[in-house]
Amino acid sequence: MEPRRNLRTVIDPKVRKVGFFAPPDRSQSGPADPISAASAVQASSSSPSGNTLSPVMIPPPRHHSDSLVHPQPSSRPVLHSAIPSSYTAASEFSPTAASSYTSGSRFPVDVEDGPFSPSRLAKGTSVKVLASSVPNVSLVTKPSNMAASDRSGRMKMNEMVAPGVEVQNELHGNTKLSKDKLSKAERRALQESQRAAKAAARVEASKGSAGTFGTAPAKAAKAASRKSDNASVAASEKKVGDRPVEKERKKDVPQPRMQYDDTSRVEKAKRRAVVKQTEARNRVELFRHLPQYEHGSQLPDLVAKFFQLEPMHPAVYKIGSIIFSVIIIHMVGLHYLSGDISGGNARCIAMLQAFQEVIKDYSTPPEKTLSRDLTAKISSYVSFFTECRPLSVSMGNAIRFLKSRIAKLPLTMSESEAKTILQSDIDHFINEKIVVADKVIVSHAVTKIRDGDVLLTYVTSSAVEMILQHAYELGKQFRVVVVDSRPKLEGQFLLRRLVAKGISCTYIHINAVSYIMHEVTRVFLGASAVLSNGTIYSRVGTACVAMVAHAFQVPVLVCCEAYKFHERVQLDSICSNELGM
Amino acid sequence: MVGLNLSAVSDDDDDTGPDDHPVLSAAAVAAASRSTLRPPSLQTLLEDMPDSATVPHTSSSGGDSEGKSKSADKSSRSRKLKHDVIEAVNELIQDIDTCHEQITEQAVEHIHHNEVILTLGSSRTVLQFLCAAREKKRSFRVFVAEGAPRYQGHLLAKELVARGLQTTLITDLAVFAMISQVNMVIVGAHAVMANGGVIAPVGLNMVALAAKRHAVPFVVLAGSHNLCPLYPHNPEVLLNELRSPKELLDFGEFSDCMDFRSGLGSPLLHVVNPSFDYVPPKLVSLFITDTGGHNPSYMYRLIADYYSADDLVLQRKAVPSN
Repeated sequence: MEPRRNLRTVIDPKVRKVGFFAPPDRSQSGPADPISAASAVQASSSSPSGNTLSPVMIPPPRHHSDSLVHPQPSSRPVLHSAIPSSYTAASEFSPTAASSYTSGSRFPVDVEDGPFSPSRLAKGTSVKVLASSVPNVSLVTKPSNMAASDRSGRMKMNEMVAPGVEVQNELHGNTKLSKDKLSKAERRALQESQRAAKAAARVEASKGSAGTFGTAPAKAAKAASRKSDNASVAASEKKVGDRPVEKERKKDVPQPRMQYDDTSRVEKAKRRAVVKQTEARNRVELFRHLPQYEHGSQLPDLVAKFFQLEPMHPAVYKIGSIIFSVIIIHMVGLHYLSGDISGGNARCIAMLQAFQEVIKDYSTPPEKTLSRDLTAKISSYVSFFTECRPLSVSMGNAIRFLKSRIAKLPLTMSESEAKTILQSDIDHFINEKIVVADKVIVSHAVTKIRDGDVLLTYVTSSAVEMILQHAYELGKQFRVVVVDSRPKLEGQFLLRRLVAKGISCTYIHINAVSYIMHEVTRVFLGASAVLSNGTIYSRVGTACVAMVAHAFQVPVLVCCEAYKFHERVQLDSICSNELGM
Repeated sequence: MVGLNLSAVSDDDDDTGPDDHPVLSAAAVAAASRSTLRPPSLQTLLEDMPDSATVPHTSSSGGDSEGKSKSADKSSRSRKLKHDVIEAVNELIQDIDTCHEQITEQAVEHIHHNEVILTLGSSRTVLQFLCAAREKKRSFRVFVAEGAPRYQGHLLAKELVARGLQTTLITDLAVFAMISQVNMVIVGAHAVMANGGVIAPVGLNMVALAAKRHAVPFVVLAGSHNLCPLYPHNPEVLLNELRSPKELLDFGEFSDCMDFRSGLGSPLLHVVNPSFDYVPPKLVSLFITDTGGHNPSYMYRLIADYYSADDLVLQRKAVPSN
């Protein structure tokens, strides 16, 4: 896969390729520890030079700090709030509240992986943040940070959010992020502060960021306030490992994801959080390394933010079209949060289409390059999505792809050309990697279905559903057993669609799978991700079904598109997961 | 007879044999004294009755003993038989009531500090087992799988919390995910078959497979009244009980998408809701009964202790017409 290849290539001489480096490398470098680390991740993708940075690469913080922000040790941290959390659903705080949302809500900064956080924290100032630190000069450097965030794993990009933000950081001399990791939340907070400062001055610059994270006008206090708020969005009930739809994106290898039982990192992340996350009332000790928040309580905040966009920045008068894209982004985020859009493919497509809108409405602010600014904007949106719901592997890979595409744009290209190319690139991605891939999967899989088969499937998977429907259209005679699970009982949707089509089905609960397995001939499962040690990452309960099928010697077939492959490894479901709502 | 409901067991629970009621008839007494190791079977005892017509021995366990005395002449023997049978049944009831104590006495041997126990659904035996260990000041954690579709795990979790045990409630799906963190699985049984297999609440076969895969001991608590002398051939079907599908899907919920005009004989949608699972003996590590801990391969011996060989096959004897 293309993105993976990029990982290994050295793109920016300034930036150390992350490749399979251990995170400590990053942390050690550069003063801005966590932030730089985050930025490193992000930066890797978008090196300042704008060359073919592999998104995965994580520039060492040192570099960034040197280049960027020496002058401001304090400001950066916000900018670089990595989005890391967004990808690794479990490990990091779900939303990296990089930018300070309007005053109140701060998303807990997911902050990057565990290992980074400590190191980052140690480093203190986010020199790495780079971008933020240097108001004018640093704008250029910022992109490096952003590059890092390309990869879904490294949402450090948040930092990059807006060069303008950085400028503001300078103004405020934020010190907030002394040690935090570049989390989106922090960056957003920085942005907020910056925006407030120059609200009147720069309409354009803050356009993007303001729109997205429109927050309180009083940015100055943001930095400080950002740190303080730890809104807790209780995402998970005390149930353990409920819905692992984890689609985490491991940042390219070595970066270990943030472990939530590392309190120092957690604190930093929280300070950067844009959205307040309510901590779950009953924390489960086993999952101390994962974020445990209550979902749902985020919803009113997000909706409020959504409608506060306008009033938030009175000085910023956006054209209607620009706001439209922001609206789309928020809508998609809300859909994720409420569970309306679920499933790896659906979420990825929704996100990419939202990004298409963003690109369509985008116009480069003066004194900024399209690639960097747009990447920053994308990163900020990605961090927003992460706050709504941790990113899936499919989404992460798509973001990585998009950022690499943006980074590859030649600087001399005109804006409209670039935008068209990007939009068509996204279309190609959706078409090739999802639509056509599904068709190929279906055509292969229907050959495995014979007449008289009894097929068992677990909950909903878009690929498996297409296979069943296609096989039915081909006229094969078979029966389907739909296994459902708590708490969402999603199998009923699949059941409804199959029965409406005329396929004869049996509906059971997961507990009865031993009862039914002796009459099943094949098991079809979908996957959220395929990891590099061959393990399948999928909805909770899939392992139970596969195990019982194995005990009864029933063949198990897993259907997964290739863009959902990821290079990390995992042994069991506790290492990394997404705690459900 | 109310006590018999406790076992909630099918009527394959044979009469345990009036081993403590040797005095039914002279012949019976003689027979009993001759073979102290093997308690006289009810069938043997009842066969000695001269007027067998009055006592239709259907050999059904715990049958209403009054039914046995249909004979017009209430011979002393029938009255005695009635009395003895009633006593036997009462003792059975008492056994069921008290089996918990003997089982829970062994809890301390198996549960230690900082252990993690997994269980599914709700069983009174398991509850008392865990509480006994708790009383001995062992601190351990419990994962309770909720046991859909009846969700009895919720009740068990509440009870455990009320007794001060640290409990985590998980869905049944998460069992495989959590099993690597668990030290032991302790469950109750509905019935124990002659080969050591277990008829258990639905979902436990999945748990047993996961435990085997992760080398976690699978412990079954069973009172002696749970023993069944039958060998499970095709237990999923023959020894199972299918409950109403409305626990999974409401009636009429899917009527909008089903085409009833097709006129096909077989409906499009089946809903299966079994209430029991069969766990083969090779997945069980240990049986804890009121007589101590046993291997699954030893269970057949217990059945020989509690059941007379003649009583293993339930047959209705032809009653000679009078």
